[in-house]
Amino acid sequence: MKIVVCVKQVPDTKGGVKFNPDGTLDRGAMLAIMNPDDKAGLEAALRLKDQYDAEVTVVTMGLPKAEEVLREALAMGADKGILVTDRVLGGADTWATSQTLAGAIRNLEYDLIITGRQAIDGDTAQVGPQISEHLNIPVISYAQDIKIEGDSVIVQRQYDDRYHVLKAKMPCLITALAELNEPRYMTPGGIFDAYDAEITVWGRADLKDVEDSNLGLKGSPTQIARASDKVRKGAGEKVNLGVAESVDYIVDKLKVKHVI
Amino acid sequence: MDFSLSKKHEMARTLFREFAEKEVKPLAQEVDETEEFPRATVEKMAKAGFMGIPIPKEYGGQGCDNLTYAMCVEELSKVCGTTGVIVSAHTSLCCDPILTYGTEEQKKKYLPDLAAGRKIGAFGLTEPGAGTDAQGQQTKAVLEGDEWVLNGSKIFITNGKEADVYVIIAVTGTVEKRGRKQKEISAFIVEKGTPGFSFGTKEKKMGIRGSSTYELIFTDCRIPKENMLGQQGKGFGIAMHTLDGGRIGIAAQALGLGEGALERTVDYVKERKQFGRSIAQFQNTQFQLADMATKAQAAQLLVYKAAKTKDQYVKDHKTAYGVEAAMAKLYAAEMAMEVTTKAVQLHGGYGYTREYDVERMMRDAKITEIYEGTSEVQRMVISAALLK
Repeated sequence: MKIVVCVKQVPDTKGGVKFNPDGTLDRGAMLAIMNPDDKAGLEAALRLKDQYDAEVTVVTMGLPKAEEVLREALAMGADKGILVTDRVLGGADTWATSQTLAGAIRNLEYDLIITGRQAIDGDTAQVGPQISEHLNIPVISYAQDIKIEGDSVIVQRQYDDRYHVLKAKMPCLITALAELNEPRYMTPGGIFDAYDAEITVWGRADLKDVEDSNLGLKGSPTQIARASDKVRKGAGEKVNLGVAESVDYIVDKLKVKHVI
Repeated sequence: MDFSLSKKHEMARTLFREFAEKEVKPLAQEVDETEEFPRATVEKMAKAGFMGIPIPKEYGGQGCDNLTYAMCVEELSKVCGTTGVIVSAHTSLCCDPILTYGTEEQKKKYLPDLAAGRKIGAFGLTEPGAGTDAQGQQTKAVLEGDEWVLNGSKIFITNGKEADVYVIIAVTGTVEKRGRKQKEISAFIVEKGTPGFSFGTKEKKMGIRGSSTYELIFTDCRIPKENMLGQQGKGFGIAMHTLDGGRIGIAAQALGLGEGALERTVDYVKERKQFGRSIAQFQNTQFQLADMATKAQAAQLLVYKAAKTKDQYVKDHKTAYGVEAAMAKLYAAEMAMEVTTKAVQLHGGYGYTREYDVERMMRDAKITEIYEGTSEVQRMVISAALLK
């Protein structure tokens, strides 16, 4: 069984988000970590490796520095790391990113592709499902549990108040939630081996069946006009009324603001 | 001369820090209060490979160096001195002598379980009458047929009742040296559960209260002949060499305690307000912190240098690291005592209460000036090398 896991290096938002004066993220000022949903996806793959002796290949697209998350993945137990990096791929939105990753994955054999649900820097949850579209395979998103049965996967897909159980034939793609599992720690020996291991580096020329027009900034339909920190809300208005009067008061306010 | 850590060492530190913050720190206060050995934490450390860091892969270890091992003990001790010494005693005092002096059979028999943390290791040298004077051993081992018969007791043994494999030092006879009769001392591997091997009292300690410190009692305890570690009569050298390595572990523990206390104090002085401003704004606070940080940094350099020197020994089996280890332990232990004491002082009355970690750290720090060779012994080792 062969599993491909897509991971992303993201700024750690735990200590708050820092911006450059132009409104873009100041990535240099923030610690870089493996995206938590992706880490859960990797852990799910490693558990399948423990159980079924699967081979786990980890793919990331990013700057050369993104190699660090691949080393981390190897130190946790992944078998191979592939870094997709090229100047022409810079500035990619979710469309161009998924095209790039699909172009890389077309070079690989796989039964299962696991991605995180979404990255904590963009929060779109689009890249995983888009990859499945490009590769023309089924997708099950928001996985909170994964089991293998013969040539199929059985996945619990999380909803707010329930979950669905879906069965899909492999090859297919699953997007994982951070709640899926508790990722294992790297081991010290795993770290030493990871730094001795070879990381495969691919550029534009290595991507299979992808048009230039679908790559990088030029291939990105989404253009970010401006990014900013959360706008602080005002103190609001406090009223002290009975229940019925409060309801009337709020409904009136909503009418004035044309919400209802 | 490059003082920066390699990328793999940086990543290892990130791992140890994350583990310590998430798995060890939340339990540190409880472990101290209850004096209970943190078995669940040890199992998690075993799973993460922390119980066999400098043991070669061929014996089931992680195949890393002594610097990585020292960093592990340092980061664990930043949040819990008990957890730090469990790893240190296990690795330096049990795994290391078996790795260094064991036969191939002994290494294959004991190291894979120890390195994987399925079994815990301990070391028995100290006796009621033989502390710093390690030659004063009374525990005897007599060969009867194919078995050594052990009689005597060991005290203050770290990981005491929780361990499974023990390296025990005992007297095996007398030898004549320069016309004077001397005790012949040898080393042995003893397994828990061997008939005649039992535990005495559990020590009630000032600090590192979760580490299981016990008396070991041997009453006609019979072990197979092949459980002698190293050659007969070489036990004193084995014990001293083992302690040289152990001192790097304890120095790393002391370093972590000092650094941990400093981190908490930096946070506290920014929060604590007196006379209308944070106490961080007072020059006394600033100067105390500056001294604490400078000494902690100096200790770190000594500890890392000792670990790197031992790594050189592992490669060439020639490079001596005893003096480096003694200097690292002497300085780091005294730094830990000074820094944790200052940390309590800067916390004021709150620092004297069990609600604040620095109170525990100050109690934990004291032992680092005593065990595995007191500060006075370290001064003897260092000066002896100067004056030889």
